[in-house]
This record gives sequence, C-alpha cells and structure tokens, in this order.
Amino acid sequence: MDTPTLVPADTAWLLVSTALVLLMTPALAFFYGGLVRSKNALNTMMMSVAALGFVGVAWAALGYSLAFGEGSAFVGGLARAFLSGVGLEPQGTIPHLLFMAYQGAFAIITAALVSGAIVERMRFGAYLAFITLWSLVVYAPVAHWVWGGGFLAKMGALDFAGGTVVHINAATAALVAAVTLGQRKDYARQAILPHNVPFTLLGAGLLWFGWFGFNAGSALAANGTAALAFVNTMLAPAGTLVVWTLLDLRRSGKATAVGAATGIVVGLVAITPAAGLVGPMAALVLGMVAAFPSYFALVYRARTRLDDSLDVVAAHGLGGTVGALLTGVLASKGWNGTVDGLLHGNPAQLGIQAVGVVAVIAYSGAASFLLLKAIALVMPLKVDKREEGLGLDVSQHGEEAYADDEGAILILPREGADAPAALPALAAAAAEGGRS
Amino acid sequence: MRLVVAIVRPEKANEVLEALFRADVQGVTLSRVQGHGGETEKVETYRGTTVKMELAEKVRFDIGVSDHFVEPTVKAILGAARTGDVGDGKVFVLPVEKIYRIRTGEEDHAAVTPVQVVAAGRA
Repeated sequence: MDTPTLVPADTAWLLVSTALVLLMTPALAFFYGGLVRSKNALNTMMMSVAALGFVGVAWAALGYSLAFGEGSAFVGGLARAFLSGVGLEPQGTIPHLLFMAYQGAFAIITAALVSGAIVERMRFGAYLAFITLWSLVVYAPVAHWVWGGGFLAKMGALDFAGGTVVHINAATAALVAAVTLGQRKDYARQAILPHNVPFTLLGAGLLWFGWFGFNAGSALAANGTAALAFVNTMLAPAGTLVVWTLLDLRRSGKATAVGAATGIVVGLVAITPAAGLVGPMAALVLGMVAAFPSYFALVYRARTRLDDSLDVVAAHGLGGTVGALLTGVLASKGWNGTVDGLLHGNPAQLGIQAVGVVAVIAYSGAASFLLLKAIALVMPLKVDKREEGLGLDVSQHGEEAYADDEGAILILPREGADAPAALPALAAAAAEGGRS
Repeated sequence: MRLVVAIVRPEKANEVLEALFRADVQGVTLSRVQGHGGETEKVETYRGTTVKMELAEKVRFDIGVSDHFVEPTVKAILGAARTGDVGDGKVFVLPVEKIYRIRTGEEDHAAVTPVQVVAAGRA
C-alpha cells in the first residue's frame, strides 16, 4: 500500500463492530449477574457497567496512547494522550478515531472480565480504582506488546483478536485478585446458587452476538479475513457447546443450562486468538478440544479453597491458553496468507505462542498484585462480614435488584414552610406500617 | 407441647436449619416474612426518590415440639442466628392445645415425634 486511504466498506464494518464489542460489556453484566445471589445482583452487574465509564474515560485520556502510541518495545508513549493527533486521517483503511474507539471497547470488556473472580465481596470504590488503574498499568502495555508494535509483535506472536491480551491477561489478574481478597464468608460453608439462570443464558447469547464484532472486526476491514473470523466465531463455540453438553451428560446424566452458557463462552474465548488465522474445520476442532481443560478445571476448582467465584481462570485463562497455543498449531497460510503453524510445517510458531502466554501471565500477575496492594494501602479492598451478609446491593449501592415497596417510607425533602404540612400524614403512614 | 416461633435474618436461615438438624429437630416449617424490630432502617435511593425501608426481610421458623425438646430447639436457634447486631430476631415459645399428624391421625406428643425415633422405641 503506497498511501493509506479510507475504504468506506471497511469503515462501515468497523463502526458496527465497535458497537458490537461495546455490547459485550452489558452482556457480561447479565452473564455474571445471573450467577450470583439475588442480594448481590446489582453490585455484580454494576462491576461491568462501571467499566463502560471508568475504563472508557481512562482509555481516551491515557490508555490509547500507552497502548498504541509510538514508544518502546514495552509501552507506548504519551504523544497520543487525550487523543491528541487522533483525528479522521486513515489508520489502515479506517479513520484513526474509529480505530481508537474500537480498541477502547476491548479495554473496557477486558477490565470487566476480571470482576467475575471477586464478586459478592469487593468494596465498590476499591474496585473502581482497581479497574481504572489496571486498564492503564496492565492492559495498555500488554496490548502494546502484541498489537501496538511491541516485542511480542516483533517476535511474530499471533493473537488475532485478543486470546493473550484480553483473556489470559484478565484471567491472571482475576486469579491474583481472588487470592488477594480471599474467600467470601459463605464460600464452602453454604450452598451459593445462581439466582437467575435465564439472565446467564441471555448474557451468553448477547456475548456471542457481540463477539462477531470482536473477532471479525479484528480484521480491521470488510474482507475475506473478516468472513473467515466470523464463520470461525460461529463454528468453534458450537463445537465447544456440543462437547460440553456431552461431558455434562456423562458426568451427571443431565445437560445443564449454566453449563451450556459456560461452554459457549469458553468456545468464544478459545477461538479469539485464532479467528482469522485457521480454517473453519480447524476452528471446529479447536472449539471441541478447548472444552476439556476448562470443563475439568471448573469441576475441580469448586472443591478447592480458591474462591474464583465465577471461574474466570477456568473459562478465560485456560480457554485463552488453549486457543493461543492451538493457534500456533493450526494456523494455515492457505487461509491467512502469511503464516503456518506446527501442523503445516512451522513448529517454531508454537514456541513463540508459548512465550507470549508466559510473558502475559508473568507481567499481569505481578503488576495486578502490586496494584491491589497499593490500593489496599489507601482503602480497604473487602467489605466487612456484616455487609457481606446483608448483600452488596444495599451496602454498596443503596438499592435492591428486587425491591419490595411494602414498608418503604418516602423521605420528603424539607424545603420552605409548606413542607411540614405534609409530614404528619407521613408519620401516620409510618406508624401504620408497623411501628407501634 | 410447645410451638417455637423464631424470626431470624435470612442470611442466617441455613445455619439455623443446620443447627436444628444437628439437635435432632426434624419437623420444621419455614416462611419468608417482613418485619421491623428496631434495627436501623436501610436508606435506598432510586433516581430522585429516597426511601427508608422500614421492613426488613426475615425468615420465620415454626417448630412444634414436645416439652423436653423446647430447650435444645431454642438453644440451637440462639446459637446459630446470633450476630450481635440489632435485628437478629426473636424466639417465641407458645403453649399448644392440640396437635394432629395428618397422615396417621396420631395426636399430641406422638404427632410431633419423628418417625424413626418411634421405631427406636424412644417414645
């Protein structure tokens, strides 16, 4: 390409893809929200919703520059801070500003994914501080390594849409956060059941829908590669869902709905790094294989002391790792035009993939731990036992997901001389409401 | 014969149930209720509307027992439901005039004595 020019079709597809990826964050709110107890439903959903704002603002202010600005092999510079110089000029074949927004939607969902490991116990203020700083200190550099011209990109590590940058990165932070915060007080003492499985299925469905933008949009063009990534995003989770269901049937004789929702997400995670790089049958195999480690890790984790409450490590960590490694095995020049994997005579690629996985785990683990410890110096990370018993919806947000208006007494603002006239009636109503 | 009525925090309900089973109390009725017992009201805000929640979610246990079972039952509830904060609930012990077991027509003590205990000859 001599001079970069805008291509309208590419621009149109990336506009749609950006919206699709952004939808994945509220979808995650439903997926996670359904899996917790009703007294923590709003808090869990707010952990995703808040990322739309806090990580979105951090991304525009600094995150984009640290990830995609000119810089060293490890982190971008500050030249693009506050979107300076990010305008409508072409970045590839789409407007630079649109590229920034598309990548921003990735940063948001990645930070929100971490929340699954620490639901039902983290103070909301500490959580906000954590994801905002995490998106700058951990996500942005790792995105730079792989997509911003950093050292993993130069080594030739393949990560089509974010198996390492998004999923392994988020899962490592999730593991560190779950260990640092410790268990919920009821963990392994009482049954903790999902309060709304239909929410979880709704979330899984919307995640799959949004994931077409996540994977097929990562072609950054409306072309054949996008079509390949799109089809692979349909086939791989289908394969995972089938294997997951069969494993469920073999284990308990019942195909579970929570299992189906989980299987879909694991398949989506696993195909992410490979989406535009492997053929459709390879994608199907990749999806099927990915079911096994995650399935057995989930079953095993519940018997351990690790309260990774919604199994971010089993679903995203293992799913992402299997996907990243199998990308190095199944990548095919016949489909992607540039690079082969082990199966097509390039065993070195698998080694490069493994280096990428290890580098992301090491950095994300260490940096997330230090960040949590630094925040803990300023504010407590965890709510106290009494608040945990009451539920975080009331203690952190002053709201209930399923509020009952019986016994709710309106507090009227006192203003002017007219207001007291309304008060005796209110007091009477309060007395009638059970206060004798 | 007594009817033990306990109003406890919902988050303590499972622990109370466990403690009751451990004390060999097996006949239990449980209902979700709302009540007010002097605890600080929760204040909630929905857009511009601020409300004081005067009623708190509670769980009510109704347990019919024979006289010598009253003390272990009450002890189990007190031990399991206490957090030390206002709002832990109450236990009421009421006299009962008559009890029938619907399945057999048995009356009074026989009606509230668990079946396997009868088989073991303790009644």
